[in-house]
Amino acid sequence: MSENSLPTPTPKVNPETKPFWDATAEGKLLLKRCNQCQTVIWYPRFLCPACASTDTLWFEASGEGVVYSYTVTRRGQGHYWQAAPYVLAYVELAEGPRVLTNIVDCVPESVAIGQKVEAVFHDTGEGSALVRFRPA
Amino acid sequence: MSIKGKAFIAGAYEHPDREIPGKSPAQVHAEVALGALADAGLSLSDVDAYFCAGDAPGFGTISMAEYLGLGLSYMDSTETGGSSYVVHVGHAAAAIAAGKCQVALITLAGLPRSGDFGRPPFGGAPEGAFENVFGPTVLGMYALAAQRHMYEFGTTSEQLAAIKVAASHHAQHNSRAFLQDVITIEDVLQSPLVSDPLHRLDCCVITDGGGALLVVSPEVARDLDRQCVKVLGEGEAPKHTNNGRIDLTHTGALWSGPRAFREAGLTPADIDYASIYDSFTITVLETIEDLGFCEKGKGGSFVMDGALHAPHGKLPFNTDGGGLCNNHPANRGGMTKVIEAVRQLRGEAHPKVQVPDCSLALAHGTGGSLGTRMGSATLILGREDA
Repeated sequence: MSENSLPTPTPKVNPETKPFWDATAEGKLLLKRCNQCQTVIWYPRFLCPACASTDTLWFEASGEGVVYSYTVTRRGQGHYWQAAPYVLAYVELAEGPRVLTNIVDCVPESVAIGQKVEAVFHDTGEGSALVRFRPA
Repeated sequence: MSIKGKAFIAGAYEHPDREIPGKSPAQVHAEVALGALADAGLSLSDVDAYFCAGDAPGFGTISMAEYLGLGLSYMDSTETGGSSYVVHVGHAAAAIAAGKCQVALITLAGLPRSGDFGRPPFGGAPEGAFENVFGPTVLGMYALAAQRHMYEFGTTSEQLAAIKVAASHHAQHNSRAFLQDVITIEDVLQSPLVSDPLHRLDCCVITDGGGALLVVSPEVARDLDRQCVKVLGEGEAPKHTNNGRIDLTHTGALWSGPRAFREAGLTPADIDYASIYDSFTITVLETIEDLGFCEKGKGGSFVMDGALHAPHGKLPFNTDGGGLCNNHPANRGGMTKVIEAVRQLRGEAHPKVQVPDCSLALAHGTGGSLGTRMGSATLILGREDA
């Protein structure tokens, strides 16, 4: 686990997404791949939205990606009301999906589109961790 | 089968107030319903179809039918966020064309400025846990789209600001507008950055308020004294994160626009006036590209040099001041988009911003967020004789 200065709200876990969240607590980013058309699925769900197959398998992702877009949030809300400035971003994973996340362990203004990043896991203390990214 | 010419908007009413303390949401729904009925010259007993969205209190159509004392043969509570009311016009026209009803009432009301945020949205959404733990804000999710659009196409903050400036030029003539001062590009750029690259003045206003529309059959329209507006076409589409392959540089207008134009048998070049959903400046920029008013990526240069200014710009837009300056009741801008298009086609916009000989208009709604998922809807309207 990397050092964390952002809030770690606990995600609402359901039976469909429990394997994903259980793995985050062990520092693993799991994705689903369709066993029929090989499409990598995000967010995880019981069917493949590309071909409608329900034959899907979990696999461990590399944790590598690049910044697809980002914003420096200067006024947070809810759990983040005292967290600003912080970076909200879409990271395009090496496996394909673009995931919403935060970029951490850097000066917010230094983040750039196309920047290489790697996953870090911030424990919620409730059997899950938030998958964030830091400059690689 | 199409809805073209099969239904007319006979009544349109925007609540005059922007801050409404001391009233309930149901009461404001009722006030705007009565306003639209009075505009059309109809009464509640004429209404046989009712449409409302997520802002309606309680059990939606059922609660409001009870409150208003409506007997109905048709009801529709399609919820696509701020675009719902644009969708409702299309659905009402389709229901009328199918013979299901004759007089369809559509209402919107809400009191966010007074601290009433209505029913909580998105409960149990399957995507929720993968997004809301990272501190997304409403503005932040649009900022992600703006940042990517800038990266891919070289769009600038000045160009986004020009959209707000155009809206402010229109709002100065609207004595009900929440913001009535004419502002400059510098004013926008000097307002605080809230979520880079968007500034405070890239945002719409937060207002209490509401609005209502009456969509009627050609037979009903013929018997009314009031000038009606012809429904020519409607298109709608969801746009979402597409299995984690979201493209932040376009909206659902890319799909809803062509559907509406096809149904109307028209092209973007035919449009005299456009109401473009304007929750934020970037919403307008991407939408005018997606609707085909300019090439993808060229929205930034298109909006400069007064293109959006009424009455003589290339594409006069949001002549009431839009959501950016006038009104964004219940945080849902689709209703006021249709209402101002109706005013333009009736020749009843403010004289300083009335588009001369306005005969074809477009109203576009974007509900949800540019940064994740939205319901898009495009409506094409014509003068009664169009």
